[in-house]
Amino acid sequence: MEHLLDITGLTVSYYTDIGRAIALNQVDLRLKQGEKLGLVGESGSGKSTMGLAMMRMIKPPGKVEGGSVVIGGVDMLQLSDKEMLKRRLSTISYIPQGAMNSLNPVLKIKRQMIDAYRAHYPDHKLDQIMDLAHEAMRSVELPEHVLEMHPHELSGGMKQRVCIAIGILLRPQIIIADEPTSALDVVTQRQVIETLNRVQQKIGSALILIGHDMGLMAQSMDKVAVMYAGEIVEINDVQTVFTSPKHPYTQALISSLPRLQNRGEFRGIPGMAPSLYRLPSGCRFHPRCNQQQPQCQTTSPRKSVFEDEKYVTCHLYEAT
Amino acid sequence: MSTATLELKNVSKLYRVGKKEVHALNPISFDLLGDPARIITVAGESGSGKTTLASIMLGLLEPTTGQVLYEGKDVSTLSGSQYRDFRKNVQAVFQDPFAVFNPFYQVDHLLEVPIRKFNPGLSKAARRKAMEEALEAVGLQPSEILGRYPHQLSGGQRQRINVARAIVIKPKILVADEPVSMVDASLRANILEALVSLRENHKVNILYITHDLTTAYHVSDSIIVLYRGSVMEAGDITKVVESPQHPYTQLLINSIPWPDLERKWDNQQYANPDIQEISGEGCKFYSRCPNRKPECQQTPNLVPLFPKHLASCRLHPPKADLDAHLTNNL
Repeated sequence: MEHLLDITGLTVSYYTDIGRAIALNQVDLRLKQGEKLGLVGESGSGKSTMGLAMMRMIKPPGKVEGGSVVIGGVDMLQLSDKEMLKRRLSTISYIPQGAMNSLNPVLKIKRQMIDAYRAHYPDHKLDQIMDLAHEAMRSVELPEHVLEMHPHELSGGMKQRVCIAIGILLRPQIIIADEPTSALDVVTQRQVIETLNRVQQKIGSALILIGHDMGLMAQSMDKVAVMYAGEIVEINDVQTVFTSPKHPYTQALISSLPRLQNRGEFRGIPGMAPSLYRLPSGCRFHPRCNQQQPQCQTTSPRKSVFEDEKYVTCHLYEAT
Repeated sequence: MSTATLELKNVSKLYRVGKKEVHALNPISFDLLGDPARIITVAGESGSGKTTLASIMLGLLEPTTGQVLYEGKDVSTLSGSQYRDFRKNVQAVFQDPFAVFNPFYQVDHLLEVPIRKFNPGLSKAARRKAMEEALEAVGLQPSEILGRYPHQLSGGQRQRINVARAIVIKPKILVADEPVSMVDASLRANILEALVSLRENHKVNILYITHDLTTAYHVSDSIIVLYRGSVMEAGDITKVVESPQHPYTQLLINSIPWPDLERKWDNQQYANPDIQEISGEGCKFYSRCPNRKPECQQTPNLVPLFPKHLASCRLHPPKADLDAHLTNNL
């Protein structure tokens, strides 16, 4: 089956005074239409950079240094700035982390939706746009009078749902949600995630949920991609990730999770993530790995690909 | 050595914004005393009054009614030396591991200031030893931490240093306001482990404030569930989490995204939390409750249902023979 999204060899670096930080290193990712992928990793593992690179929103000192992001046969990285502007929201849309800071405080919600729409279709009639705006509000289960309100009148959960409504206004093929619930309490979080799932199903787009909460991934995603120090170390279906994770880092991550059955047990991952300026040689995880082998210190592991675009990057699984 | 006690007596807090009155905290009484030491969780969503409660306990905020008693004396009337004793023994850890550091000082500074303040006259070597012990107590290697600057450390390390700072002067009570909510999930385990070891090894009583019931379940002995300033349910943590009685607690527990494929979100629909609550009389959860009845428009009392398990809900008749005092049920 043809892939909706095909990312190959995506590499992003940040150039700062103390040197080059490789935030994304040769990342590959493929998604089919309607698939839901969770992108997890610690802070600084490159998950937000990945979302921004797909949107072509990396700003200096960051730089996309290679690779391709092909959506429906078109490489986003080769488009002109003007063409890319048209693709955002209509082909690929991004729901940011802090909903409270991403809405314009002096404009009504309605105005912000109309602006977003007009940026793509300047000559459409207002009635037509308002119909779509009402429909978007209905699909995130907000009352229509919210359109007439300003952001400060809304709660955090409502603002986040407004962001989702704007994000789906043009029925994009891919929705990227970057930690959409990190500032919300559990009840609101559940409501936002369920909303996201419902609209994703309704418009049939692929969804990438960026976050570090494995619980949310277990509740609502089909696949999970685990990032470590700028690389995807494992992509697998959610079942495998939770029941028989392959990569030692994924294994450590899963066993560090608090569950109902293991009350009072704490298993943190020893050590800390490496600085992106001074990455360890060989496998980037080897200093913290409990299954380290001699070649891990010297050679970078290759991808071991399983069926359905799943893979793990670890010497333990390399065919000999 | 006597154990320090911190007691809340009918403490409430009312905020006035123009003509609008917000009951941030309705009268609540319990004590944090401790032998053996305990970890008590205060849980609730944003706006439930949990940070107000913490600020009052720390003496940072004056309650509208009621008293905070430290070793039997009202905190607001403590004399200079008594107040110093209160400040020394009741320590805090706050939410943001980035905001409390001064980027121009080495980490040592943050740890050394409280020692100089509360244990003046210690030699340099003794101070160093106290710092090393505190860092080891939270699972950090002193050699990797001392002499470093804040920007050289990760969020998880910084938050553990905050815990170390709080315990370097050996307090008896620790109020931890959302200590892990800004830390990566993979690093939370280390900080929570540090809290538990404080209780075990240093007999520190901890008030753990959070909206995350998963971590609460793992570290604490008992729990108080707040909603819009009122206690909905309280008691032994395993009882409350494993068989919640109040519809609000049930909603909270059912909304936890357990990292477990066997335990998915149920399909029960709850009314939208965005609906404005009617203030005044009645159960605070009335407008969202799936099981509401007409009599719920009168405020329910917090009553015992089982040993070590209280709830304030009219669905559940009280068991008269059980102890209704909040402290005794924690």
